[in-house]
Amino acid sequence: MTVELGQISLLAALLTALVLGLLPMIGSYTGNRRFMAVSTTASLVQCLLLMVAFGILTSAFIIQDFSVEYVARNSNSLLPMGFRVSAVWSAHEGSLLLWELILSIWIAAVALFSKRLPEVFRSRVLAVLGWISVGFLLFILLTSNPFGRLIPSAVEGLDLNPLLQDFGLIVHPPLLYMGYVGFSVAFAFAVAALLGGEVSRDWVRWSRPWTLVAWAFLTIGIALGSWWAYYELGWGGYWFWDPVENASFMPWLVGTALIHSQAVTEKRGAFGNWTLLLALSAFSLSLLGTFLVRSGVLTSVHAFASDPTRGIFILVYLGVVVGGSLTLYAARAPKMIQGGGFAGLSRETFLLINNLVFAVLAAMVLTGTLYPLLIDAIGAGKISVGPPYFGLLFTWLLVPIVLAMPIGIYSRWQQDSGSRLISKVRWPFLMALAVGTIVWIMQPDIGFVSAAGVTGGAWVILGSLFYVVQMMTSKNRISIPASVLAMTLAHVGVGVFLIGLSLVSTLSTEKHLRMEAGDKYEMAGYTFEFLGTSIVQGANYSADQGEFIISKGDREITRLYPQKREYAQRGNTMTEAAIDPGFTRDLYVSLGEPLDQNGQAWAVRVYHKPFIRWIWLGAIFIMAGGFLAAANKRYRRKMTAKEPVLTGTKEVTA
Amino acid sequence: MNSRIYPLLGFLLLIVLLVVGLNIADRKTNLPSPLIGKPVPVFDLPVLASPGQNMSKESLLGKPYLVNFWGSWCITCRAEHPVVTELAKLNAVYIIGMNFRDEPQDAVAWLKKWGNPYNVSLTDFDGRVSIDFGVYAAPETFLVDPSGTIVFKHLGQLTWEVVETEILPRLANMESGS
Repeated sequence: MTVELGQISLLAALLTALVLGLLPMIGSYTGNRRFMAVSTTASLVQCLLLMVAFGILTSAFIIQDFSVEYVARNSNSLLPMGFRVSAVWSAHEGSLLLWELILSIWIAAVALFSKRLPEVFRSRVLAVLGWISVGFLLFILLTSNPFGRLIPSAVEGLDLNPLLQDFGLIVHPPLLYMGYVGFSVAFAFAVAALLGGEVSRDWVRWSRPWTLVAWAFLTIGIALGSWWAYYELGWGGYWFWDPVENASFMPWLVGTALIHSQAVTEKRGAFGNWTLLLALSAFSLSLLGTFLVRSGVLTSVHAFASDPTRGIFILVYLGVVVGGSLTLYAARAPKMIQGGGFAGLSRETFLLINNLVFAVLAAMVLTGTLYPLLIDAIGAGKISVGPPYFGLLFTWLLVPIVLAMPIGIYSRWQQDSGSRLISKVRWPFLMALAVGTIVWIMQPDIGFVSAAGVTGGAWVILGSLFYVVQMMTSKNRISIPASVLAMTLAHVGVGVFLIGLSLVSTLSTEKHLRMEAGDKYEMAGYTFEFLGTSIVQGANYSADQGEFIISKGDREITRLYPQKREYAQRGNTMTEAAIDPGFTRDLYVSLGEPLDQNGQAWAVRVYHKPFIRWIWLGAIFIMAGGFLAAANKRYRRKMTAKEPVLTGTKEVTA
Repeated sequence: MNSRIYPLLGFLLLIVLLVVGLNIADRKTNLPSPLIGKPVPVFDLPVLASPGQNMSKESLLGKPYLVNFWGSWCITCRAEHPVVTELAKLNAVYIIGMNFRDEPQDAVAWLKKWGNPYNVSLTDFDGRVSIDFGVYAAPETFLVDPSGTIVFKHLGQLTWEVVETEILPRLANMESGS
């Protein structure tokens, strides 16, 4: 009976979402305050109902109710408790429910924390979010109901996809969705601004903390996905330019442009249309990502569930949401260039470079992702656009960003002088060059491009840190604003990421070997000795476990135990790589296939990955910067439309 | 025209593409691969290294082998070459290089330059055998079991992942089955 209650909560949530979409919107046009006031209640009730629905599905997994089809497909009586919970969002139906739950949490948060906004504007924001929710709930109820019964009931479940039986999967999707879905708030703010013909830039300031939080979640969600792919897929890779990855990366790229563009619009009034369009695009790309992943249009290594009929629904939804908002943009976006003008060399210029490059990057990733589809559509055979295309693209487009980033920090709004900027950034630049040169001399193998990458990373880090140091040591300013700290943290993260990326992409070594017990292999000064395999039993799998002694010289460093697991219920095998992580290098061993009948010889993959941790460390810094910026007290001051907009040129934060 | 309408137009184009893509995805899922489970097409071709000598399908019965279509003109073949080389080093399967639509001297030079991973290379000069195999782009790779049946086909560049997840497990199955 309980799962039927879940179904009923979903239906009730749909009705609530309809109320949320309709009444406050009508109220905002007719001036009916009672209608507008419904928005808060409806938002909270909807969130509550979805929590109930989600809780019921979770409990069906915990008590292992195999009479529910979704549970029977994705769980098994042997599944450990932690994975029973994460199994809820391991497949299509549950993922969507999680998506919708997170949307309702965002909506409730907006309802609770935006009471100071003008009533009309706030009602419209919530109503727009209500409509987004209506669409998704319809999608779930009509095409992807997780509460469907299995008659007759199954005795045993099919088990959770072993790839997903992992800590990374417990946390990765919720964080990623927090980001994805969080962009719906910036989207709703932009739509409400367009609806109201909001020429003032207040809406931008109101939406900034929401955008920053969503972006920070997306950052860490993507980083976790990359980390998961690294240790779970067993190939030592951290990014595959896979359509599913690109789907999450595109909104991030646009989101990055958006948070910078918002700064310009809020402070200077310029880039108003950029900010509008980026806010619409970030969420549109999140939806597009959902479509690509869920429709089966593009096949990918982790297309977990796909179904063309569902694709049609999302496509219609996408058409309504994105098409509708872009039509609104075409009709209502301000025609005039707003805000003060700016000189060719000014902070605006640097942020314009940022907007342009990130928008172009997103467009290129979109093109690359959809290119196979285009080729297919015009019947020109099959071509896949792989890492070479994306890698080359990013290498070149990162150049202007990396060069401009530290200078942009020092630059002044409206107008600046070249000689002043040069004098400011001279030292960090020369020091970065020195760092790059020293690294190149010590590691000539990395080649020019990576040496340049290290230099660029050092340049970004040093340039950002010098700025803070100068601020601390200057006489007229004692305390450093939180926003400057946030920016510095995020930019240092970019530098750390860049150095890690440059080094790991050229210094990594990998080797596919045929190894028998007793065989040794030397790589990067480490000796990998294979001692053979033994059979180990897990809760719901049995595995061949290899044992390797890793030593450097005569000193044993560690022992690694990679596994080749056989999951009985689904009958699939998977590799569980063994990794010895380190700040400057990872050692990675992964067991392939047995190469003879008695299991003596194995295909073994051995990797040495220098500085790979820096990639994720950088992402953690970037995320922290985002959260710190969102926590700025400035956003919690009373938000009225009447508040005078800052126009001073003394403002140093972006 | 009002420039603010461009994003909308771009999006409409995208939607058209996605609708088409959706139809294709629908069709693709219903289309089984025609060659899997079928016997290897008949061939009797000169050996590249010694043109007087021929090798036929019949002489290969009884052991599994891999047929890798390549040409010196094919850029992707160059890209997959290290993978084929690594696979050859494992000694796990007999690898036939099917050199098609190529000048034999170019092919020999190519193998000399990059290394020869093949146990034997055959010359399919006019590409007739490649047509029987249904090859429409290089490289393509076929895994044949001891009874001469195609059990797996890979289109495009061979990656180590394909080797480990598709080819080696199938070979292991054949061994345990025989």
